[in-house]
Amino acid sequence: MHILYPLVVAALLFSIGVYGVLARRNAILVLMSVELMLNSVNLNLVTFDVWLRDRLHGGQVLTLFTIVIAAAEIGLGLAIVLLVFRNRESIDVDRLRALAESDAEPPADSVVERQGPAGQGDQVAVSSRRAPQ
Amino acid sequence: MIALASLTVLSPFIAAVVGMLLGLRLSRLLETRGVPGHRVLRNGPAVIAVVASALATLFALIVAVTLWLDPGPREGTLTLIPTGTLPIAVGLQVDGLAAVVGLMVCCVALAVQVYSIAYLAEDPRYSSYAAFVSLFTSAMLLVVFAGDLLLLYVGWEVMGVCSYFLIGHHWEDRANSRAAVKAFLVTRTGDVGFLFGIFVLGVGAGTFQIDEVLRRVGDLPDTTVLAATLLLLAGVAGKSAQFPLHTWLPDAMAGPTPISALIHAATMVAAGIYVVARLYPAFLAAPTALAVLGVMAAISMLGAALAALAQSDLKRVLAYSTISQLAYMAAGLAVGTRSGAVFHLLTHGAFKALLFLAAGCVIYVTGSNLLRDYGGLREAMPITFWSMTIGFAALVGLPPVSGFFSKDAIIEAALHAESGIPGPVATIVYLTLLVTVAVTAAYATRAWLMTFFGTARTAFTPREAPRLMSWPVGILAVPTAILGFFGLGASELRPHLGSAALSLLLAGAGGYGAYAVWRRDPALDPARVLGPVRTTFERGFHVDDVYDRVVVAPVRALARAVVGVDDRVIDRAVESSAGVTRAFGGLLRRPQNGNPQTYLTGLLAGMAVIVLAVVIFV
Repeated sequence: MHILYPLVVAALLFSIGVYGVLARRNAILVLMSVELMLNSVNLNLVTFDVWLRDRLHGGQVLTLFTIVIAAAEIGLGLAIVLLVFRNRESIDVDRLRALAESDAEPPADSVVERQGPAGQGDQVAVSSRRAPQ
Repeated sequence: MIALASLTVLSPFIAAVVGMLLGLRLSRLLETRGVPGHRVLRNGPAVIAVVASALATLFALIVAVTLWLDPGPREGTLTLIPTGTLPIAVGLQVDGLAAVVGLMVCCVALAVQVYSIAYLAEDPRYSSYAAFVSLFTSAMLLVVFAGDLLLLYVGWEVMGVCSYFLIGHHWEDRANSRAAVKAFLVTRTGDVGFLFGIFVLGVGAGTFQIDEVLRRVGDLPDTTVLAATLLLLAGVAGKSAQFPLHTWLPDAMAGPTPISALIHAATMVAAGIYVVARLYPAFLAAPTALAVLGVMAAISMLGAALAALAQSDLKRVLAYSTISQLAYMAAGLAVGTRSGAVFHLLTHGAFKALLFLAAGCVIYVTGSNLLRDYGGLREAMPITFWSMTIGFAALVGLPPVSGFFSKDAIIEAALHAESGIPGPVATIVYLTLLVTVAVTAAYATRAWLMTFFGTARTAFTPREAPRLMSWPVGILAVPTAILGFFGLGASELRPHLGSAALSLLLAGAGGYGAYAVWRRDPALDPARVLGPVRTTFERGFHVDDVYDRVVVAPVRALARAVVGVDDRVIDRAVESSAGVTRAFGGLLRRPQNGNPQTYLTGLLAGMAVIVLAVVIFV
C-alpha cells in the first residue's frame, strides 16, 4: 500500500479536528475534535513505523502511550465540562467569556470584604457560627 | 575687645534660641513656684529676652567706654572660610562709629523689650515675639560690628526676615500678613542690588574685609566703584525706605507698636544709612552715586513730610516722618558730612523710638490708631505728654533738644557741600532740607495738638499707661533731650548761627501755621485746609497705585498666564497622553474577547504565516 493513502487520511482527520476545535460551539464536540487530531497523529506514527521498518517499533509504542494519555486527558476534560455545566448550565464555548477584558471595575464590595482585620474577623465569626450546623 | 563685641552680638542670639525653646517652660516654673511680683513679670520669654538685652547693653557700654578712653579701630577674625577664590572672614570690627551705633541699638532694644511686657501682656505668642526681637537685635549688632561685607550681609538679611515675621505677628488679620509680604518683597528687591554691589566691590578689591576694601578703593577703576556704590544704594533705598522703594514702611505699621519703634524707626531702617557711613570712602570716590543719593533723599524727604501732613493714623504719621528723617541722614551723607549724618542717626534713634513708644501708650489707652479719635490726653497722661513733647521738639529741631544739633549740622554742611557732588544737586538738597523743616514742624504740631489738646473726641478712659510702658518712654526722653550736647565736642557738629536761625524761623512758621488752623476749631483736623491735595498726600502721592499698575498688575497677569499654560498645556498634555494610551490599549484589547476559539484561530493563522514564510524564503 502506498504511503500516500494513510497520510492523506491522517491529514484529512487532522483538518477535521482543527475545524472542530475552531468552529464547534459545544465543548464536548471540541473535545472530540481534539481526539480526532490526536488520532490522526497516531495514524501518522503507525504509518511511518511501518514505512521505515523500525525494528524497535518506536512509532507503535509511542502510539500506545498517546492512546493512554488521550484517555486520561479526555477523562479530565469531561470532568471539567461537567463542572462548567453544573456552574453555568451551559457548555457553549462561545458564551464562556469570563476571561475577557472589560472596562467595568471589579465589584468593590468583594475587595473591601477581604481587606482589613474587621472584614476577616467577620468572616471568622460567620464560619464559627456555621460550624455547628 | 573683639571678644566683648562678639558677646554683645551673641547674647541676644542665645536668648532668641533659649527663649523660643524654654520660654514657656520658664513661665510655668515661675507660676508654680509662686515667685512674688506682678503677674506680667512672671513671663518666662520676656525675662530671658530682657536679661539678654540688658547684658548686651552692658557689653556695648563697656565697648564704647573702652573705645572712648583709647580710640582707634580694632578688629579680629574669628575664623576664615575658604571658598576657593576669595575667603570669607568671620570677623568683627569695632571703631567709634560701630561702638556708638551698637550702644544705641542695645539701649532701644532693651527699652522695647521692657515696654513689650506690658504692651503685649495678653499675647499668646509672646515667646516667638520676644525671640524674634532678640534675634533681630543680634542681627543688627552683627551688621554694626561686622568686619566683612558678606558677614554684614548675613545680618542684613536676618534683620529683613525678622522684620517680616514681626510685621506679621498678628497674622490672623489678612492686612497684616499682606503688609509683611509687601515689606519682604520690596526690601528684597533692593537687597538683590545690595548683594551684587558687595560682589562687585569685593571682587574688584580682591577681598571682602571692609577696612581692606576701603584701603584699596583708590586703586580701583572709577566705573567699578560707581557700579558697586549704585548697586549698594539699591539695597540702602530698600532697607532705609527711600524713594522709590519706600512704600513698604507705612504699611509695616501693621506690626505691634514696639516693633515699629525698634525695627521700623530706630534701628533696622537706619542700617542702610549706617552701611553708607561705614563704606563712606567708597562713596566719596564715586560722586555720581552721592548725587543719586542726594536726589533720592530730596524726593523722599519732602514727599514723605507732605504725606505725613495728611495722614489720619498716628503711626503712619510717624512712619512717613521716619522716611523723611532717614532722608535727612542720606542728604547729610550726600553733602559730605558723615559725622552729621551719624549724629542724626543716633538722635533720631532716640527720639523716634520715644515717639513710637509714646504713641503705643496713647494707642493702648484709647484703643485706636486714628488721630481723630484722640484729644485732651494732656492731663491724664503727664509722662507720655511730656516725653512726646520732647520727642516732637527733637523731630522739629527745636533747641536745646537733640534733633536741633544734628539737623543743624546737616543743613550747615549742605550749604558748603564738600563731597564733590554737582552744584545744582547740592542746591536742591539744601533748599529741600529747609522746606522740609517747615513741613516737619507743621505735621509734628498737628499730631501733637490733635493728640493731647482740645477735648476727647471718642469715649475712652483717660489714664496713664502701665508703668512698664510709661517708664521706658520717660527714660528715653532723657537721651532725646540731652544727646545733642555730646555733639559739642566736635567742631563740625556745633550749631551755626545762620542756618540755625533760618531753620528755626521756618520751623516756627510751619508750626504756627498748623496751630493757627487748629485754633479756629480744635475739634477738626487741621489737614482740612489742604483741600483737594489732601487725598494725594494721604495716599503718599499715589506711588502705591502706580506700582500696582506698573509692577503688580503685569506680574499678576504673567502669573495668571503661567498658571494657564500649566493648566492648559502641560496638564492637558499629561492627561491626554493617558487618554491616547487608553485608546491604543482598547484597540489591542479588542482581540482578547474571552473566546479561546478566536485565540486558537489567531495562533493557527500565525503559525501558517510563519510556515509559509519559512517555506518560501528559506
